[in-house]
Amino acid sequence: MTVEASYPEDLLYHPEHDWARIDAGLEEATLGITWYAQDALGEVVFFELPAVGSAVRKDEPYAEVESVKAVSDVIAPLSGEIIEVNGSVEQDPHVINTDPYGEGWLVRVRLSDPGEREALMDAGAYVASLGS
Amino acid sequence: MSAVSTLTGSQPPLQRERAVTIFQKGAPGRRAFRSPELDVPAGEGDELLPSRLRRSKPPALPEVSEPEIVRHYVGLSKRNFDLDSGFYPLGSCTMKHNPRLHERAAALPGHARLHPLQDAERAQGALELMFNLQRALAEISGLEHVCLAPSAGSHGELAGVLLTRAYHESRDEVRRKVLTPDTAHGTNPATVTMAGLEVVKLATNDAGGVDLDDLREKADSDVACLMLTNPNTLGLFDPNIEEIAQIVHGVGATLYYDGANLNAVMGLSRPGDMGFDIVHFNLHKSFTQPHGGGGPGAGPIAVSERIAPFLPPGQVVRGEDGTFAFAPAAPSSIGRLRGFNGNYGCFVRAYAYICSLGGDGLRDASETAVLNANYLLARLQQTVEPDVRSYLPLAYGQLCMHEFVLSGGPMRRALAIKTVDLAKRLLDFGFHPPTVYFPLLVEEALMVEPTETETKETLDAFADAVAAIIAEALKDPQIARDAPYSTPVRRLDEVAAAKRPVVRERPVVRERPAGNGHAAGHKHPGGHRR
Repeated sequence: MTVEASYPEDLLYHPEHDWARIDAGLEEATLGITWYAQDALGEVVFFELPAVGSAVRKDEPYAEVESVKAVSDVIAPLSGEIIEVNGSVEQDPHVINTDPYGEGWLVRVRLSDPGEREALMDAGAYVASLGS
Repeated sequence: MSAVSTLTGSQPPLQRERAVTIFQKGAPGRRAFRSPELDVPAGEGDELLPSRLRRSKPPALPEVSEPEIVRHYVGLSKRNFDLDSGFYPLGSCTMKHNPRLHERAAALPGHARLHPLQDAERAQGALELMFNLQRALAEISGLEHVCLAPSAGSHGELAGVLLTRAYHESRDEVRRKVLTPDTAHGTNPATVTMAGLEVVKLATNDAGGVDLDDLREKADSDVACLMLTNPNTLGLFDPNIEEIAQIVHGVGATLYYDGANLNAVMGLSRPGDMGFDIVHFNLHKSFTQPHGGGGPGAGPIAVSERIAPFLPPGQVVRGEDGTFAFAPAAPSSIGRLRGFNGNYGCFVRAYAYICSLGGDGLRDASETAVLNANYLLARLQQTVEPDVRSYLPLAYGQLCMHEFVLSGGPMRRALAIKTVDLAKRLLDFGFHPPTVYFPLLVEEALMVEPTETETKETLDAFADAVAAIIAEALKDPQIARDAPYSTPVRRLDEVAAAKRPVVRERPVVRERPAGNGHAAGHKHPGGHRR
């Protein structure tokens, strides 16, 4: 892959290798998959976006990502309603590989239970969970 | 084969014309065959075929001589890596030798020219062969009722899950979930989805088997079936199979055996005895039907007493007078899965194999497959210069069954080459790569299945090649990263291949010589996005 491993400090992490960037007001969040996830998947060739307005539930799949190796579910780190999707990822899913925390963001969600964030990991704990 | 010399050498001749399809060869009017002049009255066009049914333009067919056709296809065949060219240790695919005797048997006119609509009375020999094959597969699987009709392993799987659904429905039960371990072949969850049921993943324990606690937690009255491969895709036999069967049957679910890895246990253990209700066989794996080519294939199924009433039609039965016939469909049958009753040529080859080897021979084949895999594993793990084991450790366990899975994770961290680089480099040494990046739970997985038909010399040469690639990467990892060097095409653009596959040539209809009428040319570059 073209980028070095990185796990930004300002994100929260889910054990299924998803990240959430929660807005200051704690009402909305941006979701995506981690560097580890994109690296394990290999080059992403398709990303199927969910519909705006659909509900996502913490720990459950809300989208599918297909790489040259496998098709995988994308798991929601938090619950809520999808308010925006990153259409450019559907056009060019490779940005998930090149910029998983920036251009490669997947959806924005209006959180239904901001308290759920307590169950997520910070960058240090997530990196430790990856081992080696 | 030395890659270093080919790095700078000229490209092999095949590479020079790799883009040329048969449509780009030949010349207008050129033919491989000319039919003689018509010596009967020609008849008027409309009288033979109404003009609305006739083409207005000629079809865009290649116009080539016979030598051009022969060279074109022989050339294409040489660009492929095939089992007849070299070692092909593709894990979970059982790329064993396909004995030539079977081709002779399948080509006998009585087999090859049999018409699918031939009445049973005049096809007694073929029906007897199918009957005997059913008996043999029942004996091998330990399950009495066999249906040969499914046309591929995946088709057999679909039949199996539909049978499970029909079984539960007959008991007025609605069960929506099917358990599949996270080591399962990708076809398992795909089949479940296609059958309208929901996949629930089961975790793997530290020994590489089913996590029993996870199974107990997930096994409930909404579970229709557990799909299992034993030995599994890690090449490990799950010793807890009896307990697994108890848990699954305890909640009223069925137990499905994916026969992909049957080559490890033929004549040694039987899925029926382990408590499985449904088995599919891959005749192209365990029973030497040639792989690939898109078919025709065969994926027969065998089932227990309680599943039998739902089988698709087409079982061959022997009547009291000794004649053979297709049994009529039972009223509770899930119905036909295809036209006719299976791909008969596959049955001939599989039956020839089973008869050639006999029960003892099948057992020998499995034992040798397991021995070969363990020998190759030991050769790799005991190579000290370089220390192969530190770069490619065994993912689970100590010994294996018919295949084993190594992890390329340490190799990637130490040498900055990935499993895919090792795989591509193996091509330069004359070996087809093993299965890579499967099963998904093993980091940088490399899954090796040598089969029983390879010699010790071949296994040694493969182990030496892996060691040589690691030794070479210790000096210069870039060699592996840029491999292969000796193949007709180098690294493929897999992203473009997945996203924009060009699966159809749009031929240019070329101008014909004057007086031949119709000339039209149009060309659509590129292909279809799926």
